[in-house]
Amino acid sequence: MNDLTPPTGGCRDLPVLKERGQREVFCGLTGIIWLHRKMQDAFFLVVGSRTCAHLLQSAAGVMIFAEPRFATAILEEKDLAGLADAQEELDREVDRLLARRPDIRQLFLVGSCPSEVIKLDLHRAAERLTVKHSPHVRVLNYSGSGIETTFTQGEDACLASMVPTLPETDARELLLVGALPDVVEDQALALLSAMGIDRVRCLPARRSADTPAIGANTVYALTQPFLGDTHAALERRGATHIPAPFPFGEEGTTAWLSAIAGEFGVSAETFRNVTEAPRARARKAIAAATETLRDKSLFFFPDSQLEIPLARFLTRECGMRAVEVGTPFLHRALTGPDLDLMTPDFTLSEGQDVDRQLDRARAARADLTVCGLGLANPLEAEGMATKWAIELVFTPVHFYEQAGDLAALFARPLRRRAALTRGTHA
Amino acid sequence: MKLTVWTYEGPPHVGAMRVATGMKGLHYVLHAPQGDTYADLLFTMIERRNHRPPVTYTTFQARDLGSDTAHLFKDACRDAYERFRPEAIIVGASCTAELIQDDPGGLAETMGLPVPVIPLELPSYQRKENFGADETFFQIVRHLARPMERDEGPSCNILGPTGLGFRHRDDVAEIAGLLESLGIAVNVVAPLNATPSDIARLGAARFNVLLYPETGETAARWCEKTLGQPFTKTVPIGAHATRDFIAEVCALAGIEAKADESRLRQPWYAASVDSTYLTGKRVFLFGDATHVAAAARIARDEIGFEVCGMGCYNREFARPIRKLAKEYGLEALITDDYLEVEAAIEALAPEMILGTQMERHIGKRLGIPCAVISAPVHVQDFPARYSPQMGFEGANVIFDTWVHPLVMGLEEHLLHMFREDFEFHDAAGPSHHGGKAVAPLAEVEGGVAPRPAASPQDICEAKMAGAGEVVVWQAEAERELKKIPFFVRGKAKRNTEAFAARKGLSQVSVETLYEAKAHYAR
Repeated sequence: MNDLTPPTGGCRDLPVLKERGQREVFCGLTGIIWLHRKMQDAFFLVVGSRTCAHLLQSAAGVMIFAEPRFATAILEEKDLAGLADAQEELDREVDRLLARRPDIRQLFLVGSCPSEVIKLDLHRAAERLTVKHSPHVRVLNYSGSGIETTFTQGEDACLASMVPTLPETDARELLLVGALPDVVEDQALALLSAMGIDRVRCLPARRSADTPAIGANTVYALTQPFLGDTHAALERRGATHIPAPFPFGEEGTTAWLSAIAGEFGVSAETFRNVTEAPRARARKAIAAATETLRDKSLFFFPDSQLEIPLARFLTRECGMRAVEVGTPFLHRALTGPDLDLMTPDFTLSEGQDVDRQLDRARAARADLTVCGLGLANPLEAEGMATKWAIELVFTPVHFYEQAGDLAALFARPLRRRAALTRGTHA
Repeated sequence: MKLTVWTYEGPPHVGAMRVATGMKGLHYVLHAPQGDTYADLLFTMIERRNHRPPVTYTTFQARDLGSDTAHLFKDACRDAYERFRPEAIIVGASCTAELIQDDPGGLAETMGLPVPVIPLELPSYQRKENFGADETFFQIVRHLARPMERDEGPSCNILGPTGLGFRHRDDVAEIAGLLESLGIAVNVVAPLNATPSDIARLGAARFNVLLYPETGETAARWCEKTLGQPFTKTVPIGAHATRDFIAEVCALAGIEAKADESRLRQPWYAASVDSTYLTGKRVFLFGDATHVAAAARIARDEIGFEVCGMGCYNREFARPIRKLAKEYGLEALITDDYLEVEAAIEALAPEMILGTQMERHIGKRLGIPCAVISAPVHVQDFPARYSPQMGFEGANVIFDTWVHPLVMGLEEHLLHMFREDFEFHDAAGPSHHGGKAVAPLAEVEGGVAPRPAASPQDICEAKMAGAGEVVVWQAEAERELKKIPFFVRGKAKRNTEAFAARKGLSQVSVETLYEAKAHYAR
């Protein structure tokens, strides 16, 4: 059913370069930017400082003007002077907020560095406010602080906070875990449905009324590699994980679907019938970008934990050569199936000392360097082609129909460089 | 706690970054948690800088708390010095580090680094970005500048321009060129592009030109007291202000004032007949105090607009803006809450808004033309082309920028004449807006945006409705209102309703509409 041929050895046991030092990464608060689009009746209230508000504003770009469903309760001096009234202050702000936005069904109190350092008990606040505003609104809490979370780990913390509150069920259902763009989620559901797998729920659900239930007969597949805490919380609830490579590219999507099909006893013939056409489409779309990407070297700065599955896609399906793959956090159990498929001829690094890593990136001068926006223009100015990593989180890139788009995201900067140097006599 | 979605200013350490990034040969060691590096993007993306900001973040994480954050800070300081070899280092804390009380200044002092180490005290929970920039620049100047022998001829420093400053790059070029053409040498421009050794040379100049009070005033006052350098009070934005500025600097330099106005076109453009339609257009001004004050003068005295509202978001300058507003017969709006600004705009229904990136979006939502006059701004306001706000070229740039969003005079006239025309009706919007001025919010790719319960506009309307009786429009009167061109319709609607309310009418008829028109005729 699955024609994946692992290379000799794979990379599951590849030694890891672990570094500590200055890190050029986002904190978990940034997850709010896409989570609030996905959960249509949720509001995210960060309890933090002006810095947190400024970060959200900088990350949200123009979305900030669409009356978004997130905000920051900015701590003021009087909140820091004594903790006694911090809870009262929070109650007042939440009351005002919910009065203004009666459409909100879920409210997340999101912890930040300042609120964690002063040990503001948002968990207790969430419990108290849930009682106060039930049954209309459920109030949950998680931390998106930089001292605890990196970028996409904010989504992990958010989903993990929901798991203990999910209702109990003993139905055998499939749960897809990870916030995907709706269009991508619909494609996944359609593929599974065509194989006869119809009892599928999503976490997070688009609306709180569709919140999935969970129990010992639930099996779940992760659509994103950064969901370690959610994975652990789901296992604690008795659900069973279906390990698989992540659904990037034609190969990754096929392997991911195949693992689920195996779990549900789908026949090889059915699987082939359902996947044949979209696989051919995906391969064709990827081939267009591969012309540009083949034999090009690749350097990943750590950002989102998507680095390993994406490096697997780019090396196996687009013919690129990885020099270094950096990830902010390496969860071997979740990325193992992807690591198994890779050839151990690159440096795998976890964490960051950004100046040292920049020294390595400059020494490598890879054909394409994947990095954050704080590094992209400076590296371009040094003559290196870059692909900014954040786009990989905000753009639909999973499953068959997006495989070509995903490859094109990496091909475009190289094509652009070629186009702009056409007129010069270098 | 204060509920905030949009903030006009970042935290004060971002202001310190603006000074550090604007300068050369200076490094900022910032005690901050993982994630605070987001601010790098402001410089690399919005300002499109081709280098990383010279900032080392200690990047402490939860596991470091309580034990070795002080140790982390010292390591970061030492590594930064070894790697970058700056001429001077500034050290400080971000909002989170302020809470763990490691005292970066004290820690750095004990390290015996061979360069000046300047500690910054930036209270994150009381002050904001502009204060951070002003205070940082002041501390750098206070530590490095000393009284020294004066230059031979007339010379000055230019103070205040920073990294991420609205049009600072071109303002400096314009004003430096203007001063040179007057025969006044520019000794040091700072913080922008200055090194710490340049700061040490400040004392050689005879006086200071303060371009941006928000970010340079404290340093200018210190120089006045300690180095005996007077500083300029006129900010040269607009033709009138530039002429006043020239008179002021020439008096300070002890030379005769004679400026070359051959490239100044703005006064003639404003005098030409096509500009007649600009007369008395009602504009609302919002932004930082300096740019708002300058814009008010240009709007009223150089273009002939009527200033119907003004305010600023930086409380440090509340007093002068209140005083200025009084001169215009207005009550100043001092707030950093964009919903208050939106409500004020909604209530005034101006024909044009001059503001920040935020007001641009408010204008888009309300269908009111808008031009940007002040930070905070987005990437399109760090243009590739030369586009100062200051000096004579700045006056030219401002005329073009402000007039562009308005329907041009001739076009407005034609719209009036043919407003019933089946192909040329007002719903098409002005020709150069590429369709309707009020575009629906684009759906985010991959997800359908839910309908929010109430937009700020709804909230404002609800507030306004709650404030008094709602006036009902008769169907025929509503049809008549629709015939009025869109760019004055808001005002007509508001005036008519106010007129009806004053007359005690509960309904608006066509008659009421025209009576109101006559009543408010100007």
